[in-house]
Amino acid sequence: MSLQLLTYIVVGLSFALYIGISIWSRAGSTNDFYVAGGGVSPLANGMATAADWMSAASFISMAGIISFSGYDGSVYLMGWTGGYVLLALLLAPYLRKFGKFTVPDFIGDRYYSKTARLVAIICALFVSFTYIAGQMRGVGVVFSRFLEVEVNTGVYVGMAIVLFYSVLGGMKGITYTQVAQYCIMIFAFMVPAIFISIQMTGNPIPQLGFGDRVADGTYLLDKLDGLHRELGFAEYTSGNKSTLDVFMITAALMLGTAGLPHVIVRFFTVPKVKDARKSALYALIFIAILYTTAPAIAVFARTNLIETVNNQSYDQMPTWFSKWETTGLLDFNDKNNDGLIQYLADPDKNELDIDRDIIVLANPEIANLPNWIIALVAAGGMAAALSTAAGLLLVISASVSHDLLKKMVMPNITEKQELWAARGSSVVAVIVAGYFGINPPGFVASVVALAFGLAAASFFPAIVMGIFSKRMNKQGAITGMVFGLGITLYYIARFKLNWIGAIENSGPDHWWFGISPEGFGTFGMLVNFITAIIVSRCTKKPPIEIVEIVDHIRIPKGAGKAQSH
Amino acid sequence: MDAATKKAYWRENIKYLTFLLIIWFTVSFGCGILLADFLNQFQVGGFKLGFWFAQQGAIYCFLVLILAYIILMNRLDKKYNVNE
Repeated sequence: MSLQLLTYIVVGLSFALYIGISIWSRAGSTNDFYVAGGGVSPLANGMATAADWMSAASFISMAGIISFSGYDGSVYLMGWTGGYVLLALLLAPYLRKFGKFTVPDFIGDRYYSKTARLVAIICALFVSFTYIAGQMRGVGVVFSRFLEVEVNTGVYVGMAIVLFYSVLGGMKGITYTQVAQYCIMIFAFMVPAIFISIQMTGNPIPQLGFGDRVADGTYLLDKLDGLHRELGFAEYTSGNKSTLDVFMITAALMLGTAGLPHVIVRFFTVPKVKDARKSALYALIFIAILYTTAPAIAVFARTNLIETVNNQSYDQMPTWFSKWETTGLLDFNDKNNDGLIQYLADPDKNELDIDRDIIVLANPEIANLPNWIIALVAAGGMAAALSTAAGLLLVISASVSHDLLKKMVMPNITEKQELWAARGSSVVAVIVAGYFGINPPGFVASVVALAFGLAAASFFPAIVMGIFSKRMNKQGAITGMVFGLGITLYYIARFKLNWIGAIENSGPDHWWFGISPEGFGTFGMLVNFITAIIVSRCTKKPPIEIVEIVDHIRIPKGAGKAQSH
Repeated sequence: MDAATKKAYWRENIKYLTFLLIIWFTVSFGCGILLADFLNQFQVGGFKLGFWFAQQGAIYCFLVLILAYIILMNRLDKKYNVNE
């Protein structure tokens, strides 16, 4: 059977599975739609959170980014896992006890203010739309690479699938679909990694394999460091970025993770406070399986790639080389016309441009694995993009139908009307996201800097202070959010998107304290905390019933079901 | 449950959080970033230690930390009779 046909069959089967699950678990009430009836087991919730969390970027691009940046890639590994410690310890149990549907619900009630709720809604919508546009694009890219269709066609198919199961099933459908998506995704990621680990080091566990010896007796990492020195790159295990920048980026990703609404809302779906703590652990276990394997793949692939291509004759390249050349992921330009490929750090002499996505996508082929595994990687990439898109879609539709419509504009609508409004806003959100997926605005490329920076600078401090400080009042929280968000937006617009100021002085030399835009969310978070504390001390204490809410959420007993009133 | 007991429960909770978050900071920002160059002179198997913390060790520690938190809090909830 041809690879093409096999890929269509595997991907088609996975789509049929998602649709089947969503018909079986369709939502009957707003409670089902927003928080899956509050009855999801911590294990299933952990798996769904992991699928929700790991996007096309984690699945396809992360190992590649690490492969090309070595130690510097650690910011993603620590940043995107360490946030779960903060979530588990500082947010999840208390938000579950609070027992509402959305993050703006908490902000609005805790800070007894419609303005605070509105600020939170705007942040949630902005973060989610930025992120989802990137996911829709990701679906399209996976389609185009494996099935050789147009990127746009891929986006349309992705839209149709996501629309079907999120509109029908709401959080309930999404949760159980995500469980299936997690299984497909992790299987597709692990199988090639294990095979390559055995091939290169004889060790079947990739996490140990990349610290093991290769056939000639040297350690794999020492060998890679040696290859890097030879070609003029920085040593793989030490990297290029300044320590301060690595620190700030890691912190921004951690705080951002803990502040992303589509992650937080998952902890509303379990029955008890105890379960919220437990599902944070399960989620991190499931995430860690992929995140500890990715750096191993990065090292295997990097070594493999350098050894296969460098100073070798172009005519004798394996078949995968020419295949990925036609997709534009590899680009060879024989500058000195010697028929050999020179892969070097020096841009004037380097003859090979490699797209980082190739590390995961071409991995099974480089390792000579059978076609069904290649088809599985396609289904895995699709699962990663679809699961994240669906989770984000739900946050968007809940923000519109619940936070905006029910809580601010038309408080008297019935539950049935609200459910239809939620479904309607999902449809609109999918169309908008699809539009951005087809016509990506400049900021999609900066999705990491934007979404994480903004979440870190706005939600994280507001929620933490709402739980841990009884003195924090609405004036403090609102000014904190606005200042933190404002300065982060300004910095990203100034140095990442170049919307403000001259391009020639937006380079690294002009960054404040050498902090890159990706790491600036940490600074914004500090600004938020400091402003909020100062302002709250200069203004009135929060009313007594708010202090009682805080007292109530600090004690786990009596969580009950998530309530809309 | 009276106010004094609630306060005592919360104080113990904060004590655990502080303890766990100090470890969280030490393994990731400490061993993985600030001390990485220093730790890299030690080698465990084929891994330089600082590099290992940044790409593997910190993540394993995060898992242990959440597990420890669950165990500590479940005990605390029982002690104050606020478990479900």
